[in-house]
Amino acid sequence: MAMNAQGRQTRADAFAATDAPTFTGNKALQIEEDLIFEIGDFAGTGVDLPEPAAKESRLGDMERTSAIGLPGLSEPETMRHYVRLSQKNYAIDMGPFPLGSCTMKHNPRLNEKIARLPGFADLHPLTPEAQCQGALEVIYALETWLKELTGMPAVAMSPKAGAHGELCGMMSIRAALEARGEAATRTRVLAPESAHGTNPATAVQCGFTVDEIPADKTGRVDLAALKDMLGPDVAGIMVTNPNTCGLFERDIRAIADAVHEAGGYFYCDGANFNAIAGKVKPGDLGVDAMHINLHKTFSTPHGGGGPGSGPTVLSEALAPFAPVPYVVLEDGAYALVETRRAAKEEGESAKSLGRLTAFHGQMGMFTRALAYMMSHGLDGIAQAAEDAVLNANYVLARLKSEMTPAFDGYCMHEALFNDRFLKDTGVETIDFAKAMIDEGYHPMTMYFPLVVHGAMLIEPTESESKRELDQFCDALLSLARRAKAGEADVFKAAPVHAPRRRLDETAAARKPVLRWTPPVAEAAE
Amino acid sequence: MTARYTKDHEYARADGDVYVIGISKHAAEQLGDVVFVELPETGKTFKKGDDMAVVESVKAASDVYAPISGEIVEANAAIVDEPAKVNEDPEGAAWFVKIKAADASELDGLMDEAAYAAYAAES
Amino acid sequence: MRYLPLNAADRRQMLDVIGAGAIDDLFADVPAKSLNADFDLPDHLGELEVERALGRMAAKNQAAGAGPFFLGCGAYKHHIPATVDHIIQRSEFLTAYTPYQPEIAQGTLQYLFEFQTQVAALAGMEVANASMYDGSTGCAEAALMARRVARRRKAILSGGLHPHYAAVTRTNLELHNDEVVIAPPDPTGAEDIAAMIDDETACVIVQNPDVFGNIRDLAPIAEAAQEKGALLVAVVTEAISFGAVKSPGEMGADIVVAEGQSIGNPLGFGGPYVGLFATRQKYVRQMPGRLCGETTDAEGKRGFVLTLSTREQHIRRDKATSNICTNSGLCSLAFTVHMSLLGEAGLRRLAMLNHEAACKTADALGAVPGVEVVNQSYFNEFTLRLPTNVEKVANALADQGVLAGVPGGRLWPDDPDTENLLIVAATECVTDADIETFETKLREAF
Repeated sequence: MAMNAQGRQTRADAFAATDAPTFTGNKALQIEEDLIFEIGDFAGTGVDLPEPAAKESRLGDMERTSAIGLPGLSEPETMRHYVRLSQKNYAIDMGPFPLGSCTMKHNPRLNEKIARLPGFADLHPLTPEAQCQGALEVIYALETWLKELTGMPAVAMSPKAGAHGELCGMMSIRAALEARGEAATRTRVLAPESAHGTNPATAVQCGFTVDEIPADKTGRVDLAALKDMLGPDVAGIMVTNPNTCGLFERDIRAIADAVHEAGGYFYCDGANFNAIAGKVKPGDLGVDAMHINLHKTFSTPHGGGGPGSGPTVLSEALAPFAPVPYVVLEDGAYALVETRRAAKEEGESAKSLGRLTAFHGQMGMFTRALAYMMSHGLDGIAQAAEDAVLNANYVLARLKSEMTPAFDGYCMHEALFNDRFLKDTGVETIDFAKAMIDEGYHPMTMYFPLVVHGAMLIEPTESESKRELDQFCDALLSLARRAKAGEADVFKAAPVHAPRRRLDETAAARKPVLRWTPPVAEAAE
Repeated sequence: MTARYTKDHEYARADGDVYVIGISKHAAEQLGDVVFVELPETGKTFKKGDDMAVVESVKAASDVYAPISGEIVEANAAIVDEPAKVNEDPEGAAWFVKIKAADASELDGLMDEAAYAAYAAES
Repeated sequence: MRYLPLNAADRRQMLDVIGAGAIDDLFADVPAKSLNADFDLPDHLGELEVERALGRMAAKNQAAGAGPFFLGCGAYKHHIPATVDHIIQRSEFLTAYTPYQPEIAQGTLQYLFEFQTQVAALAGMEVANASMYDGSTGCAEAALMARRVARRRKAILSGGLHPHYAAVTRTNLELHNDEVVIAPPDPTGAEDIAAMIDDETACVIVQNPDVFGNIRDLAPIAEAAQEKGALLVAVVTEAISFGAVKSPGEMGADIVVAEGQSIGNPLGFGGPYVGLFATRQKYVRQMPGRLCGETTDAEGKRGFVLTLSTREQHIRRDKATSNICTNSGLCSLAFTVHMSLLGEAGLRRLAMLNHEAACKTADALGAVPGVEVVNQSYFNEFTLRLPTNVEKVANALADQGVLAGVPGGRLWPDDPDTENLLIVAATECVTDADIETFETKLREAF
């Protein structure tokens, strides 16, 4: 035989485990990465541009002469830097992202492709109407879907995010009260204790004061208490439905009727619309205004915190106050109504609240959301809502043996637990959440809603398979058992396998460092 | 005179002809690591119950209400520079302000130490 | 349905585990007559059909890159390096949530820290936040911040401020019954805004370069504002100008708001964009929006977290500095990646290329009989006065494939004085041939 002396071991022996630090600080695929300011060349650049012709400047003697102080990185350095950073992030494409109230569902890539068509991505917002009929058609088509799905007669498309949609809705209410001559007297807004923080913040930004509606024992609005709070000084209510406890407000019609009878309006926070889209029309429930988070229900990517998009549907009573600009269809052509005066000419009663943003809203999200809706169709949207509710109830059913549901009965699209199962274990909600990270999961929403002690709010969405949910539930059950078995130390130390251990938020807040600054020695030069 | 406490966890303690105001030990514990304190300027006057100062931890922001009406004669700059002191010694060195009281009888309605301890244990 | 992993057998099995007979048992709290409402909507479609239908709509639009293009006024056509779009489409950035769990969100947090540093440097300010929805909403937030800092209720808006920005700001301030003074549009940039500041003024808002393209010296306005205890809010709608024009910070601005779209983000028919927001360190607690800060982890390693959250709605609720909940996450990433590629050297060169393109365009168009260039100074955008209503001219040119500029009548429909004005932008994307075509068609247009 011909002897090959290069044969190497191709089996893995059992070695003693070691967590000795590496020279670089890297851990295989987890690579430590400095800031661009520490990597880049302050005179360098990663773009090739022609030399500008030396001509006289017409900058009115206001040229920038001082240094800006920004490095330029070559293309490979840039690519590597941001790819390394990306690998320090968890994402819905990697695994379940069960953040309650956030609806982290699959983001179809078709939507990305559509949004990047030059006719949409490379289109200027002030292009003459005749040259942007297709874009106006997208907006109009999306409006049609949103109005039909909500059973509402009008929709404002320009709000840039959910909270901006809330602002739009509450401004519409204020404008309606002004038209009735009651803006000065109706100054109170009522919102449940369990509301998203944006609700009271929005109401105040609109010049209202906020009072909290107490919850009843089942986690829903206490109808009797609400009725007692209503009066001639109430502008309206802000209620999330399904609510932030993951429950449908059974008395929703009675709530709406009571508010209307008292002369107020009903703002519905639509953050949880995913549970009922294609099943229930909010317009049938007495809603006057509701924002729709396209980045939740209609799958436009969350992008690490934005951009969002918050179209806001309006009832007959509020429609005349819709913000400009908006699209109208006249004689087969789409046109824009861009000013308050133009809106007035458009409809006799129109008293537009004004403008919320420079242009037409988040067009890049409209194209994605429309692609989502057309792909799903009504049948798919209804099925998605049913699957979202089914998945949440499955998680609730599987976890209740070890964890403690906050309320009895079925939930809608998210399952809410309190921290009673952790009592006397030394493990708190935050420790439980951090231990999930080591198991490869993004934690659920914690400590929200505020009405439930140590709240853990799990929203699996319709995007999870049964197999994925089973593993998720098994992992949580195992953690709950380990917490009860006295392994508190493991929880307190978690996460140990993430790119970073727990971070010192106290130090960050006490002495805020909000930007990179050159090292002192260098700065002294 | 020993300290008197409000239901919102402020205390007032006589010190000569002024009152030393701060937040209780119980409140400091409940807040967690204090990261920021904002105090009123000296010379400003407040009515009992007015928002007078702000104290923040990482996850909570709280208004501090004047437990007694009067004029601010001194603010404790040390806790503005080092908010951690509020966790260390809230009822001692980490007082918030000194107030020249407009009506000392306002203190009569407040809790004494024992009553407050019972109240804090309950809440 | 291709997006839904559960099959009929899964659903049945799961209902059994739950103990429900049918899916609608789980919707029992919904009023019966409202459940399973009638909808007039079509059923699902395959990828091919969706692509075809939306592709048809896209084809009806005239993309900026399709011909000679000179539109600006708050949105600008620039070249975006291919790297930018690749990075923002990485799953870990595209499909991540707000970095509330910092241990598994360092990627997002670190680029936000880099973004804040870049924005502060460009604006010439001490601190910047992690971005706003866009420049116009940032402008309104700056006015709201100024009224908190100054504890006054009057805002003075320059006539050179983009009228849509002015409208957004007015809409927000009206909610508090504040006084909002908007100076009349002045295409020469000669308005004396400093003289309008009085003891009641919370802020004066000035755009630079202004909406007509004029470059303004903000220093005297900053001085006048300071003297009266008011804040100067400087607005920049063309971020590339930071590479050529003295920064607002150098001229004494208290708050700088900018539209960051020009760096890394496509025109996209107006959004999503990225609002830049920077201010002085002493006002940081009055600042709206998200902030990322440096800290260390339990092992002493450097890391980043969202910080000073007590200003925000999820903690402060009705006392928050703003109701804002999102930032423009992915758009700020695009900005940061593009800015990292450019560096100071690239940005300065890019800015001068823009200036050069605008100078050439202005010279060519200014030579057309009857056409006057209004500006004394400009960066990459200037204003023409035509002897006729420009809307008709612009529409006629658009029909011939030339997007010639933004007619004054589009921005100030209620102000007949502006109907002969055409605001023209020229960036590095404009070629000599584009300029020639524009000039030729303009000569023929009236």
